[in-house]
Order: sequence, then C-alpha cells, then structure tokens
Amino acid sequence: MGEFRMPSLGANMEAGTLLLWKVAPGDRVTRGQVIAEVATDKGDIEVEVFEDGVVDRILVDPGADVPVGTPLAIIRSEGAPAAKPVEAKKAPSPPPTPAEARPREAAAPPAAREAERQRRVSPLARKLAAEMGVDLSTLTGTGPGGAIQKEDVERAAAEKAAKPAPSDFHARMRRAIAASMARANREIPHYYLEAKIDMSRALAWLEERNREAPIQERILPVVLLVKAVARALKDVPELNGFWLDDRHQPQEKIHVGFAVSLRGGGLVAPAIHDTDAKSLQELMVHIGDLIQRARAGRLRSSEMADATITVTNLGDLGVETVYGVINPPQVALVGFGRIAERPWAENGLLGVRPVLTATLSADHRATDGRRGAQLLDALRRHLQEPESL
Amino acid sequence: MSGERIRDAIAKVLRRIAPDVSLDDVGPEDNLQETLEIDSFDYLNLLIGLNEELGISVPESDYAKVATLGGLTRYFTARLEEA
Repeated sequence: MGEFRMPSLGANMEAGTLLLWKVAPGDRVTRGQVIAEVATDKGDIEVEVFEDGVVDRILVDPGADVPVGTPLAIIRSEGAPAAKPVEAKKAPSPPPTPAEARPREAAAPPAAREAERQRRVSPLARKLAAEMGVDLSTLTGTGPGGAIQKEDVERAAAEKAAKPAPSDFHARMRRAIAASMARANREIPHYYLEAKIDMSRALAWLEERNREAPIQERILPVVLLVKAVARALKDVPELNGFWLDDRHQPQEKIHVGFAVSLRGGGLVAPAIHDTDAKSLQELMVHIGDLIQRARAGRLRSSEMADATITVTNLGDLGVETVYGVINPPQVALVGFGRIAERPWAENGLLGVRPVLTATLSADHRATDGRRGAQLLDALRRHLQEPESL
Repeated sequence: MSGERIRDAIAKVLRRIAPDVSLDDVGPEDNLQETLEIDSFDYLNLLIGLNEELGISVPESDYAKVATLGGLTRYFTARLEEA
C-alpha cells in the first residue's frame, strides 16, 4: 500500500492545488502513468504515479490546496485487500481559480468516460487537440453526425488564446522565479567560465545531414549542443547533480533541463530524461514536444523535478554570451549564445568561422574551476565530432 | 496563388504554432522570428506547416530569403509559379 503524494516540483515549491483526477478508485495504474493534474506557481503539471497498482482511495478532492508531501491518494498492490473508505479532503469554498474552471475529467462517472472515448473525432482533430492543448470534451463538433473536425479544434484554440490569462498567474510565476533565483544568488557561490567554440564542422555536418532529410526530420543546431552537453557530462560527471543536505551529490542519470521561455513571460526548464541515450532525431522530437507542452501547461511532474543540470540557449535572440543563475539544487548551468561568424586564427592562419560562445555557471561548493574548464573542453571536443553525437 | 492567399496560409499555420501572435504586428520587411518572438523550433514548425499547406519545402540554404514576411510571401509565390 503506497501513498501518492503532492510532489515537490522545485526547490521553492511549498504547496500545490489539485486540479483533477484522471483515475477513480478501483482503476489499475502503471508506473509513469499520469493520474492527476496540479496547479503550481510554474503552471499546471501532470503528475505521474511511481508504482504499479490499483487506486484504493482518493484522499484529496479537486480544488484543494495542499502542502508538498501531502498524501493525495492510496495506491495498493494488485490483489491486496481494499482499505476502509474515508472521506476525501474537501476543497475550500470557493475553490481557487483557474482550477475550478477546468474540466473534471476524472469526476465523470465511468459511463461518461466511455462516452468521451467513443466521441467521434477525426484523427487530425485529435492530433491537433493534443498539440494545441484543447480539451475535446469541451467541443461541439460541426462535422457529419456531430463529429469534431480540425476546424472545431482550431476555433477553440483561437478562442482559448484570445482569453485573458488568469490575472495573477504571471505574477505568481514571477514570484516563484524570484524566490528560486534569489535563493540561488544568496546561497550558491557561483563561478563563471566561458569558451569560444568553432562550429564549422558541426554546422557543415548538420547541413549535409539536413539536406538529405525531409523538412519534418531536420535537426536544429541547438539539439547538437544539448547532446554535446550530455556527452561532456559523461566525461566530467561532477557537474551533473545536486547540492543537497550540505553535500555534493553527483547523479548517474543525465537529465538535461532545457530552458523554455513561456509566451507572456516566465520560463521553465523541464528535464529531458536520459539525454545522453537519445539520438539527435529523438532529441529533436522530444525537445519540440517539451516546448509545446511547456507552453500548453502539460508538463509532467518528473520533467519538472528531475533535471540534473540546465541548458539555456539565447542564441535565437541574438545574444552573444549568457551568464546564467544556477537552478537549485543543481550545481551547474550551461549557456549558449548565437553562432556568429568571427575571425579565427588556427595553425598560423586567420580565417572566418562560425563561432559559438558557451558559458558555464557552476557552484563552487560542488566543484572548482578546473572541473568546469574540463567540462567546457569536453563540450568543445564533442562538437568537433558531430557524427558521433 | 496570390500573395494574399499565401499570407492567409502563413497566418493559419502561425495560429497553430503560436496562437497568441498576430501577423498584423509584422511589417513586410520585419524579421519574423524577432518581431513575433518565436524561437527556432517555432520557425521550423512554420516552414513544416507551410510545406503541408502549400506543398513547397524550403531548403536550409534558402532560409535567409524567408526571414521576413515579405520574403516568405515572395519566395512561395515564385516557387508556386515554377511548380
């Protein structure tokens, strides 16, 4: 019998609002399945369960605001006897917005959920709805027999975008960022290193590779950078991990947090799980999906909590150099500026090369400048061998 | 295909990628990425969407020609006339 708790999705998260349940008592769940949504200062997050089993009891109702660590539900092992029923924690009255305005998927009885599954939706409309964060259960179809079509989803997405954002959402996000960054600057003794990297080989290889690929399978340069960071962390693992309980805790798994700016302000840095094990094509698809879900408020709890280092790329905005603030409890952040043509001297010859400025912000409690320099050198080395990324 | 129809296709794809931005904010020679504050993933998705809508694929070597709204419209007009 295990407790499914309100997760901590960041060093400064103290509480969250349960938005909805995607399961009901008696439902089977599998490890990694999204079973609830919670509202946090950094947006709405899909929360996964970390064990297989059966939902025994729901302890907290949608709308309730509860501290991190509060048991939300009981998950029992399959075959284990059910526990006695207890009353779920009720939401305060009136419940907080915008949680209240959201559809209660899990509140629907099984018959209603079955009806939802059988709703007539064209495959394209379903795909679009998933991409655009449109809830199909809120739509009225205009197609034959009331089927939901692509146009219905596009109209709903446009209406959703036109609505003013909840008045306090961005203020809450700014407060969350302020708290986290103020803590980082107060507690973490940062040191900064910078390296110029010749991107000729990497870009030439990428250009050749993309020329052969259909447009849907092209890879952007930032994907090479993310993969090269993951490879460099294999070489210099000390920069991959946390400072927790007053000690350095390097992590074996490499989950690069990719900074995503949100429209209207604010940012999140969800984890790309096992970044080093993903191919460039997989990373391209994965990062594209993360960006879409981050902006649609559909990130998962593990993505919000698991990053072992952060990568921020401001090159798209023309920035030359990034000096980032570490996201605690991580111990490092790698920043990338734009790739720009620069004079470059090599072997006594002066030429013009595409040059990238890579920076490292690192926690001096965890590592010294020498380790940081080794990481940037490893990064440079991997970017000279793009075919092996 | 007229420039107006190509602009409509661009607006349609953009609504899907970045529902909060509007082409009304963009001058013909403004850089699309900078003006709309969209990143390189969004921009590639715009080109993929236009490929699906109009059947024209923009090679990377032509990216400089399609950086502005005017450039994008001229490029697709010319390519569609060739087709």
